[in-house]
Amino acid sequence: MFRLFTDSAYDILSYRRIAYTVAAVFIIPGLIFLAIGGLNFSIEFTGGTLIVIEAHDPAIVAASMRPALQAGGIADPEIQVFGTENEFAIRARLDPEATDENTQQTAEAVAEILTDTFGAGSYTVILTEAVGPKVGGELRQKAVLALVLGFGAIFFYLWMRYEWRFGTAAVLAAMHDIMATFAFLAYLRIEMSLFVVASLLLIVGYSLNDTIVTFDRVRENLRKYRRDKFYGVLNRSINETLPRTVLTSGTTLAASLSLVILGGEVLSGPLMVVTFGIITGTFSSIFIASPILMAIEQRWPGEDVRGAKDIGSAPGTTIVTPKA
Amino acid sequence: MSTIRNRLLIIGLLLAAAAYALWPRTVTRMEQGPDGEPVEVVEKRIPLKLGLDLQGGMHLAVEIDQSGGPVANPGDALDRAETVIRSRVDEFGVAEPLIQRVGTERIIIELPGITDPAQAKDIVSRSAFLEFRITDMQQQFADALPAIDAALARAGVRPMAGERSRTESAIDLILGTDSADRQSDSTAAESDSTVAESGATSETVFSELLSYQQGGIPGEFLVPEEYQAHADSLIRHPAFQRALPRGLTMFWGDEPISQGARPFFPLYALQSRALITGEELSDAQAQIDQTMNQAVVNFTLTRRGGRVFGRATAENVGNYMAIVLDGRVQGRPPVIRSQISRNGQIELGSSQISDAQDLALVLRAGALPAPIEIVEERTVGPSLGRDSVARGQRAGIVAITLVVVMIALYYRTAGLLAIGGLVFYVIFALGGLAMIDATLTLPGLAGFVLSLGLAVDANVLIFERIREELALNKSPRTAVDSGFQHAMPAIIDANVTTVIMAAFLFQFGTGAVQGFAVTLIIGIVASLLTAVFVTRTFFLIWLQRRSPSAQLSI
Repeated sequence: MFRLFTDSAYDILSYRRIAYTVAAVFIIPGLIFLAIGGLNFSIEFTGGTLIVIEAHDPAIVAASMRPALQAGGIADPEIQVFGTENEFAIRARLDPEATDENTQQTAEAVAEILTDTFGAGSYTVILTEAVGPKVGGELRQKAVLALVLGFGAIFFYLWMRYEWRFGTAAVLAAMHDIMATFAFLAYLRIEMSLFVVASLLLIVGYSLNDTIVTFDRVRENLRKYRRDKFYGVLNRSINETLPRTVLTSGTTLAASLSLVILGGEVLSGPLMVVTFGIITGTFSSIFIASPILMAIEQRWPGEDVRGAKDIGSAPGTTIVTPKA
Repeated sequence: MSTIRNRLLIIGLLLAAAAYALWPRTVTRMEQGPDGEPVEVVEKRIPLKLGLDLQGGMHLAVEIDQSGGPVANPGDALDRAETVIRSRVDEFGVAEPLIQRVGTERIIIELPGITDPAQAKDIVSRSAFLEFRITDMQQQFADALPAIDAALARAGVRPMAGERSRTESAIDLILGTDSADRQSDSTAAESDSTVAESGATSETVFSELLSYQQGGIPGEFLVPEEYQAHADSLIRHPAFQRALPRGLTMFWGDEPISQGARPFFPLYALQSRALITGEELSDAQAQIDQTMNQAVVNFTLTRRGGRVFGRATAENVGNYMAIVLDGRVQGRPPVIRSQISRNGQIELGSSQISDAQDLALVLRAGALPAPIEIVEERTVGPSLGRDSVARGQRAGIVAITLVVVMIALYYRTAGLLAIGGLVFYVIFALGGLAMIDATLTLPGLAGFVLSLGLAVDANVLIFERIREELALNKSPRTAVDSGFQHAMPAIIDANVTTVIMAAFLFQFGTGAVQGFAVTLIIGIVASLLTAVFVTRTFFLIWLQRRSPSAQLSI
């Protein structure tokens, strides 16, 4: 039989300081990055025009399009290679006092300038997006609402379903994942689109999923091993669910990585976020959620908790140095 | 044994329902033929709708445009606009269009497979408000020009720098070339002198922009094309509107005309009261006028409209009547030679039959109750859509293969049962999508592939549990039973959180993201169904067939 981590007995809780440090080292610079540079919002949110063209003429490159577009009155065009080498994404963001009509006209103006410069038929427009400022503003609002209300509902569910200590620990672990993902967005300058917002929600769902499986086991083991100390029960539960955690992460990662690599330009950004989320979600459910739960139980011991305050070694764990 | 039979029966029924939902069926739809006319297309296909991002097409969000002044009842106007747009799109011939009210002030229009986005946009957003108005026969506007100039000058409008000489030469050009014609028309000559006189004074901010066309129609003026924007801003000036004689409204011509060497824009002073509007139209057809080699639209009025129009034209024999479409005068106003009743013709500047067809279409479908503006536009070319589908499929196949290999390696026979369950999962999920008539989008496709990874999670939870129970030296049968039982709370909790997230996504997302949410929800339901019911049935059969003492391959 092929087995992973079966009957493992790692003292995972003893790695909590390292885990906290790793998380802080990743998250804090990322959030500072974010505070300085801001999120790279997509056209959907800022309002503006996005045109993707497929060039048939080798003369069409970013360096030749930029001056032509600027001369044609497109103030600050962002030009990117989109997928294959001869496909380009041209973005013209809206200046704040523009009207809806402007985004329409910009789309037409870009096409006109390109035709004038490189000749008709030298390119094909394969995608156009023109978003007015009103729609962009609404979408920003909606995205924030979806995130806030979605998180709120899940947190509420967890608090209903579990005792508050477990719920809080799960929520804090999910917060860790959100912050880590925002840091990831900042490091890679991934465009913040509505699809990425959807990915964020998916990540939170997934991460909680992992944490819940572990916590369910903790609840069960607290009843089962009446004589064990809390520290030991936590470690045992993490170890028992480790095969499942690793295998599910493996299959989900396989699916999301296939999409990142093979899914094309539109999917790669959001799916990179999902992939990262699966990794951080797995990390947090193993190394963050349970230590937080333990810290909470130490500070505010619940009925179930035996010896949370005087944490000692427990069956199934190696000898650990208790936290002072 | 009977429980197994019952279980198989239920699985069979579910499978049949999914297969029925997915069975290719014949659909008839309208599509635009090569000649621009809608044709019926009959085809057989799996009833799963592809979103615009996968099949190419256009997405528009429109609102009532209130920038030109508030609309009296915007809600009602939007309702009527929706009806008009729907009938226009139907006449245009788009396969499976979607026209939908969103919120209180927006209409979403989705037109799959559109090849000419500009044309489609024009047809949807054109007001198509048709009016017939008599020109300013009494030359009231020409008489009022000095007053208008003075009013504008008092309001602080300065003449355009350095334009005087050029405009004058333009006037000279026209006056000089056709003085005989001009003199034959006494009214035109009269107004001519007005302009000439006022041109000499310093306060001619507006009238200096005007000149006349040969064989002038009363109330018709010409503005050099380069000054059109400036003249238009003066017309909108409150001082101009105050000084404008009552009962008159200014309209621009539809297209510039060449007069001498330069292009001019015609400007018309028309009666504010329209003889009749497009509401009384019963039919409109496009045609090429052979003699003029010009595209025309022939229209027919309703019976009531014909009576009203007949009376009005009888009173106006000898007068010029402008045909105004969306605030622009179409062609030169013709003279009314005799009473007109139900039939008439609109001349288009071009000889393109397609222009006339588009106009006839929007006229038939009716005018929009108020101007609309496009607040969002998204066009996906068909090649990108095809590309996305191909890539999505490839990624999906690779993902499925990887997942299958991992599960089979790790869980052996039990893994194969789980893979069998996955096949059911795919059929159930696709069937569910077809049943609720969901639209498959690119994010949706991604959601589907991802949910494959998640779908095995329930199996993994159960299998791990069974292994643990076996490790406690329980019999295979007991281990399987308690494995399924003990894994349930975690499975339920985990899936409820994802469903909550997806529900919020659906509530607040737009098209593509909603597709993502829907496939996730359907995926979770299907995966629960397969993991706790289908795979368990497989287990029961497996346990029954093997010898009770053998090791469980898990």
